[in-house]
Amino acid sequence: MTLLSVKNLRVTFDTETGPVEAVRGVSFDLNRERLGIVGESGSGKTMTGRAVLRLIRPPGRIEADSMTFDGQDLMKASEPQLRALRGRRIAMVMQDPKFSLNPVMKVGSQLMEGLRQRDHASRSEARAKALSALEAVQIRDPERVMDAYPHELSGGMGQRVMIAMMLIPDPDLLIADEPTSALDVTVQAEVLSILDNLVKTRGMGLIFISHDLRLVARFCDRVLVMYKGKIVEELAAKDLLHAKHPYTQGLLNCLPRIGGSREALPALDRTASWAR
Amino acid sequence: MTTLNTWLMDPNPKSRLQSRAAQTWLTWLRFRRNPLAMIGLIISLALIFMSIFAPLLAPYDPIAQSLADRLQPPLTPGHWMGTDDFGRDIWSRILFGSRITLYIVLLVIITAPVFGLIVGTVSGYFGGWVDSVLMRITDIFLAFPKLILALALVAVLGPGMVNAVLAIALTSWPPYARVARAETLTVRNSDYIAATRLQGASATRLIWGHIMPMCLPSVIIRVTLDMAGVILTAAGLGFLGLGVQPPLPEWGLMISAGRKFLFEQWWVATMPGLAIFIVSLGFNLLGDGLRDVLDPRSAGK
Amino acid sequence: MAELSDTPAQPHAAVSFLKQTANTVCSLLITFLGLLAVTFIIARIVPVDPVTAILGERATGEQIATLRTKLGLDDPLWQQFLIYIRDVFHGDLGLSIRTRDPILSEIGRYFPATLELSTLGIIIGIFIGIPAGVLGATKPGSWRDQIVRLIGLMGYSMPVFWLGLMGLLLFYGHLGWVGGPGRLDSMYEMMLDMKVKPVTHMILIDTALAGEWDMFRNALSHIILPASILGYLSMAYISRMTRSFMMNELGQEYITTARVKGMPERRVIWVHAMRNVAVPLITVIALSYANLLEGAVLTETIFAWPGLGRYITDALLINDMPAVLGGTIVVGAVYIGINMFSDFLYRLADPRAK
Repeated sequence: MTLLSVKNLRVTFDTETGPVEAVRGVSFDLNRERLGIVGESGSGKTMTGRAVLRLIRPPGRIEADSMTFDGQDLMKASEPQLRALRGRRIAMVMQDPKFSLNPVMKVGSQLMEGLRQRDHASRSEARAKALSALEAVQIRDPERVMDAYPHELSGGMGQRVMIAMMLIPDPDLLIADEPTSALDVTVQAEVLSILDNLVKTRGMGLIFISHDLRLVARFCDRVLVMYKGKIVEELAAKDLLHAKHPYTQGLLNCLPRIGGSREALPALDRTASWAR
Repeated sequence: MTTLNTWLMDPNPKSRLQSRAAQTWLTWLRFRRNPLAMIGLIISLALIFMSIFAPLLAPYDPIAQSLADRLQPPLTPGHWMGTDDFGRDIWSRILFGSRITLYIVLLVIITAPVFGLIVGTVSGYFGGWVDSVLMRITDIFLAFPKLILALALVAVLGPGMVNAVLAIALTSWPPYARVARAETLTVRNSDYIAATRLQGASATRLIWGHIMPMCLPSVIIRVTLDMAGVILTAAGLGFLGLGVQPPLPEWGLMISAGRKFLFEQWWVATMPGLAIFIVSLGFNLLGDGLRDVLDPRSAGK
Repeated sequence: MAELSDTPAQPHAAVSFLKQTANTVCSLLITFLGLLAVTFIIARIVPVDPVTAILGERATGEQIATLRTKLGLDDPLWQQFLIYIRDVFHGDLGLSIRTRDPILSEIGRYFPATLELSTLGIIIGIFIGIPAGVLGATKPGSWRDQIVRLIGLMGYSMPVFWLGLMGLLLFYGHLGWVGGPGRLDSMYEMMLDMKVKPVTHMILIDTALAGEWDMFRNALSHIILPASILGYLSMAYISRMTRSFMMNELGQEYITTARVKGMPERRVIWVHAMRNVAVPLITVIALSYANLLEGAVLTETIFAWPGLGRYITDALLINDMPAVLGGTIVVGAVYIGINMFSDFLYRLADPRAK
């Protein structure tokens, strides 16, 4: 059964110099699997993720032939219907917890907000759920973290809070937009394995957006490679090393490898015709 | 026209002139899309036009009294804005008053921002104790309520137009110093300043030739936004009898003269107030629009 | 396309709250001394000789000499300045030339009226300004936004004394909806001293305390117009700043987080964004409150309001410089006090500032 189906998605921004197309006709289907979207900055991968949640604000607009989530047409859904989907069924983890957590609200009230406002849970019930969510992301001292403000947490800790917050309602689909790019290398692996575990055990669909091809390959079942708002190649993660498209090969080759050749890394080839 | 347009819109400008012109053109296009800002521009241009051609536009002498015509209501033939208690045509007085307003504004905006710019750049460039002392002085002036300090100064210096200008200038330079200092701090450590310094440029040359030009855009935006404030303060001083003295047709003074018979002859106080309001609204709309297109930080789009 | 915007992170200052407060107090004290220096200089270059101002033109040379010594005018300037500072810190702002009363106690009688007027004004400004700013920020560029912006800019462009006159003309002269100049109708004004004990010198509070509700209603009808006019001025500023702060916050990533969580737009704006907007807004409100004290100068003249502004302008017209400067010092001190208080509130409201 298809969880999410996107047909010919377009995201356009109206600017002074005319419309700028960030996403130009992207189509893909997603089951309860892990899908990676890879590309450089500006390739439209973030916008694709946000368009699924209908979170593009003016001057941006979203168009698609169809975009259905679990049988429900996202393009036709009303704002209350969308709100019911957001959070409860589709969640998103963003890049940098420094910006994605509200700086003047305590972590605890941000964690409990969904439960209290959306699900009308009692205070003690919400608190218990928030605490267990924090434990699920391997935070040892959940009581203290609940009472902290976001700026008092480290980046890795903040991102775990973010993951905990998004996974509390047990969504069917999680969009992770560069969830580890803003973190120190040492904690990246830790956060990733927490995320990986939760996704696997709860059996949810995952869209993993990243610029890091190898990371995505290790982490996902299937990979979409985006370039200038278009999908240039789609392939199974295990076939990544046999990628046919020169852009994908370019992305692979411009990373250094331990034990690889010591010559200068090749610059990324960007042939304009790929974007057509 | 089309060729000019393509030349301006060329994404790969061939000369510096072309790129500058294209930049200006784009700014203008953005500015033009804001109807309120355009209204502001038109009002400001109208004020300048009015004050230049006041003698040609005014049907009557603004000062000569004609007691037979005193307190004529608006729409009286020949006096479409009515006359005041000395029988002077209010429209003519407003026209000539625009000269006084513009004169005060010009005097203030060529003194206060320049002084603030010097204080701010010197303070930011040298840093250390120079900065501490200068900024402390700036803070002291900022701590004064502007109008009250201006009142006290005029009280000491004696009423009159020049003293009013002086008082307004003395109370309005600190914000410019702050702005200029902030800009200076951001460019002070940049590489091109270091490069110029390595070539042996003196501090004066660096501040004058390299730092001040960088501060100018933000100072200019502030100036346009401040002009309305200057007009209002000057009118306030005039209203209290501390600014321009009678019989000159200063707008604030005219309001104060009309106050005595506000309830019977409302137009005497209303008309000059409308003039002040429209002109300061014009400057505010212009400044607001300019800031939107020139200051990338406030664009917020 | 749009990667995350790179706003600089808030510095994690580990300076203790107390130390920062001490620093602020210290720098404000220096500012206050500077303020005194300026008023001192102004007082010393006044063309009016304080001695002739007190004794009149026909004083004898001996009288003048005695008074000069008594006033310390023969001491060196720096010594005079020190004495001046000592006097001010002892609450001695000198005697008013007009009434021969101590200026501080005179101001003590006038100031509550100003405080009452501007407090009511700022309350009106806050309650209209914040929603108006939010209205503009949530739909930037729309008609709604342009109207809010225009109303705000109009507030920036009105000469307050003219606005007061027009308000009187329309609401008092033509419509008769509000009371005229003064704090009460003259009938009530005569009864005031008999029936109402001046506890706070604020007329609304005093009449309410005395249970004189007729008088209270009358006072309300008198204060509402000048307070609304001052409220409009502060609303102009508050709505503009709210709009720009709100636009800035609505572009932040945590807003997306709240939307992802399925929060309704109302909550996203009024809880998530507003809590962040409130922090810088504290400073704005404090600043416009301080500005209202200044706006009161001209408003009080129009509305015959017995406040500090009127005290200063009246003193100005008869060249009573000690009173003018005393008033200036008090207003300056209140300015500084408001600044200090807003600084304190700011650090309470922003968890990152601790």
